[in-house]
Amino acid sequence: MLEIRNLRAAVDGKEILRGLDLTVGCGEVHVILGPNGGGKSTLMNVLMGHPKYEVVGGTITFEGEDLLGLKTFERARRGLFLSFQTPEEIPGITVENMIRTSMQAMSGGKVKYLEFRKQLRAMMTELKMDPSYARRYMNVGFSGGEKKRSEILQLLMLNPKLALLDETDSGLDVDAVQIVSSGVAKFHNENNSCVIITHNAQILKYLTVDAAHVLIDGRIVKDGGSELVEQISEEGYGAFAEAVDG
Amino acid sequence: MAKKTYVEDIERTLYDIKDEDRSVYKSHAGLTEEIIRDISARKNDPPWMLEFRLKSLEVYHSLSLPTWGPDISALDMDRIVTYVKPDAPMVGSWDELPDDIKNTFDRLGIPEAEKKSLAGVGAQYDSEVVYHNVQQSLVDDGVVYTDMESALRDYEDIVREYFMTLVPPKDHKFAALHGAVWSGGSFVYVPRGVQVKIPLQSYFRLNAAGAGQFEHTLIIVEPGASLHFIEGCSAPKYNVTNLHAGCVELFVKDGARLRYSTIENWSRNMMNLNTKRALVERGGLIEWVSGSFGSRVSMLYPCSVLHGEGARCEFTGVTFASRGQSLDTGASVIHAAPNTSANINTRTISKSGGAATYRSAVKVTKKASNAKCSVNCESLMLDDESRSDTLPVMDIERGDADIGHEAKIGRISEEAIFYLTARGIDENEARAMIVRGFVEPIAKELPLEYAVEMNNLINLELEGSM
Repeated sequence: MLEIRNLRAAVDGKEILRGLDLTVGCGEVHVILGPNGGGKSTLMNVLMGHPKYEVVGGTITFEGEDLLGLKTFERARRGLFLSFQTPEEIPGITVENMIRTSMQAMSGGKVKYLEFRKQLRAMMTELKMDPSYARRYMNVGFSGGEKKRSEILQLLMLNPKLALLDETDSGLDVDAVQIVSSGVAKFHNENNSCVIITHNAQILKYLTVDAAHVLIDGRIVKDGGSELVEQISEEGYGAFAEAVDG
Repeated sequence: MAKKTYVEDIERTLYDIKDEDRSVYKSHAGLTEEIIRDISARKNDPPWMLEFRLKSLEVYHSLSLPTWGPDISALDMDRIVTYVKPDAPMVGSWDELPDDIKNTFDRLGIPEAEKKSLAGVGAQYDSEVVYHNVQQSLVDDGVVYTDMESALRDYEDIVREYFMTLVPPKDHKFAALHGAVWSGGSFVYVPRGVQVKIPLQSYFRLNAAGAGQFEHTLIIVEPGASLHFIEGCSAPKYNVTNLHAGCVELFVKDGARLRYSTIENWSRNMMNLNTKRALVERGGLIEWVSGSFGSRVSMLYPCSVLHGEGARCEFTGVTFASRGQSLDTGASVIHAAPNTSANINTRTISKSGGAATYRSAVKVTKKASNAKCSVNCESLMLDDESRSDTLPVMDIERGDADIGHEAKIGRISEEAIFYLTARGIDENEARAMIVRGFVEPIAKELPLEYAVEMNNLINLELEGSM
């Protein structure tokens, strides 16, 4: 589904990703681990086409199509979804208006309001969100946990092919992690894929991890399975950092 | 047929004047007594009104132009006659309007709506039909809703009691000009205790010949009565010249409520120097909802004089300045009695080199114990070439006044654009959504059809610019 080859990307002239390779197959769940500043969020932003990040080399293909030639909204319409680490506040646009507008943009047609509302309510109940939040302005005045839930709500409503989750579990208490985690599990099936950045093995509780990758200093330095997640939560990145330095 | 331009309009105006009476108008550089007498005679003014016009003319000649605010030097005051005279050659068809305005209205579907209104076939918000349906019950209640000329004829004593007492001609040069040459406008009188439940709209005025750019609006809401008045300046005004100096006087008596909503979308060659003022008595409430979109220059600061104890003012305004526009708008409040309160909430947007200024004046006099005033003005600049200024003035003569002021000037956040585009929304729509979101607190105060219209106007303004 997603193939990244020798990807190099820079922010403000500084190269952050320095030859990154990653292949994600359909139906797979990948976890990306690594210390702060290693390039995890940069990878997510580059995949989504953030204008601040400049791709200086390499290729990204999504379902056989060159992603780098596409704008952010086109990538979203092809089926990419980014759950933001710090979601933006958008005053004056309600949660339901934004999600419905997105769904209409994706499908190119009208989304019937009553059906939409029913579906939205069901998903909000699932995520233990107060239904009155549908009428609130997107993320304005939301707590950290509410913002993350609103991201997962969008994930469930938009139902993309590839979900990129950038520390969706960070800053959440145990209960919230549980809700977010089961939300992601509800989304995932054999026809879609997830790339998850996390520091917390908890979010993976309801998911079967197909592969884990350690990203340090702009490169994947180690590939493995779910055992890698456990190893790192016990031992940290020390061993891998040395390997890079050496 | 060749498309008319701004320049051609001016030439045509000159031509019409020459045609009428060459010798009189050539010999005088500015506005003269003869012209005023002529206007007054044509309008069948009562003698006191002619007297009023002539006094205003004197005041007009004695005052100078304002030395502050946007540049209005393009207004040639020596040729004021050319702004006053073209009553007759006002265009009577859509095709004669400047292209930019015509296209806007075409795309808004207003000519279509106008036709429907005239046919009396109403959609759910067909104001004409609503108006005519309720008219008889309003008349039975003693409500008067008519044009100013008819009011002067049929309710002369009321007009005489109130006319330009709140905005006296000596207020400023354009108020004096207005007093001398005013023509057209609306008159509303709501008797004591009468609640007018359906908004009155002044769309009717647009088809009337002679309802020029010096129209006068006079509204009197007697004690305990209430009214929502909507002025449709966004609808077609057949202005071919470039000065608008209207005047709005609102009298809100004890315990009365008046909501005055308007969206002004003038053509881009217009100098809009409008004066609006409300006098609010004990326990009364004035609510202003004001949108400024068009014109080359606007200077518009609706003023609320909180004259009676516990009088209140709510002001909600939005201004959108684009290329070549300098829109200087805001509000003014005078707390002149105890326990008066005011709430001013505005949004301004500037783009493509447009300049938007928020200007407000809040005065708390010695008599106004426990006055409360809260001002919130936010500005959004859509690009680097545009300009936004905030000039709030406060003059507080008491220590117990509770005054709050919050001002924000910002740009569209690129991160917000990224967030929306990451959800499949294209960049133009993302920007438009953010701008609409910015004005949403204002839009929700507007009558539905105006809110829709404002959104459409924003979309039209943003189209092709990004």
